[in-house]
Amino acid sequence: MSGPLKLSLTRRYRFAASHRLYSSAFSEEENKRLYGKCGNPHGHGHNYLVEVTVTGPVDPTTGMVANLSELDPFVAREVLEPFDQTYLNEEVSQFREKVPTTENVCREIYRRLKNFPSARLEKVRIEETSNNSFEFAGESGAPQERAQ
Amino acid sequence: MIRVTRKLEFSAAHFYHNPNLSAEDNRRLFGKCNNPHGHGHNYVLEVTVAGEPDPVTGMVLDLKELKEILQREVAERMDHRHLNYEVPELAGKIPTCENIAAVIWALLEPKITKGQLDRVRVYESPDLFADCTAGTNGVRPKQGGS
Repeated sequence: MSGPLKLSLTRRYRFAASHRLYSSAFSEEENKRLYGKCGNPHGHGHNYLVEVTVTGPVDPTTGMVANLSELDPFVAREVLEPFDQTYLNEEVSQFREKVPTTENVCREIYRRLKNFPSARLEKVRIEETSNNSFEFAGESGAPQERAQ
Repeated sequence: MIRVTRKLEFSAAHFYHNPNLSAEDNRRLFGKCNNPHGHGHNYVLEVTVAGEPDPVTGMVLDLKELKEILQREVAERMDHRHLNYEVPELAGKIPTCENIAAVIWALLEPKITKGQLDRVRVYESPDLFADCTAGTNGVRPKQGGS
């Protein structure tokens, strides 16, 4: 009766970091116009909330798409440890060249997690504040498969 | 198409144990979730039904009816139960939120007669949930863990 099913697992993580939105490609004036108070030279911080969604067959041994005993340390090693309590612009090398907007942070976190060995990374979603959220599901941006 | 979502909370006990594995492997795989006395969660179930609103009622389906279906099919089976021992549909399965979501999908799908079951989401805690949808899973790149 029921067709094939797709299972995914989503886990929420948190880190706190500071950043400054500023691009050397623009003049001071343009930076000010573009980024406003987000360009304050001393930076500012957020409590970022990161939602990581993985998908794949349910392992019959564990009943799980991914065991948190693998996913949690992987995310901790790849993202939380290098990002938490840091100034992203200076302390995460990718953001020395790239403006650490949450769009770019989202892509960078996706890049760091996409080789998770036990399940396929489907999506990274970040809440920069409770009012702003960003999602990245890979370059193809494939939206979640849905029932026809 | 419109998607309508109804929520249900239920509280239940469970633990993770695979009888085909040694006690040591169970502890290694499942950590403290393997505690044989079990532990509990306040589960939150979100059921989404998709469809076109009926031109007369303006509804995809009557949410009162959906509430009753969730009460009958899920709450009465799982609320204040031990999922390892008291829910026949989960017998022989490890009661992870993935398996709970798949079992709830199978229970609800035949009962939803207006609109189409679109997604079953089971939160084990605010920071962990599983989604069950129609479709196929991507192929696991490499067998890990187990």
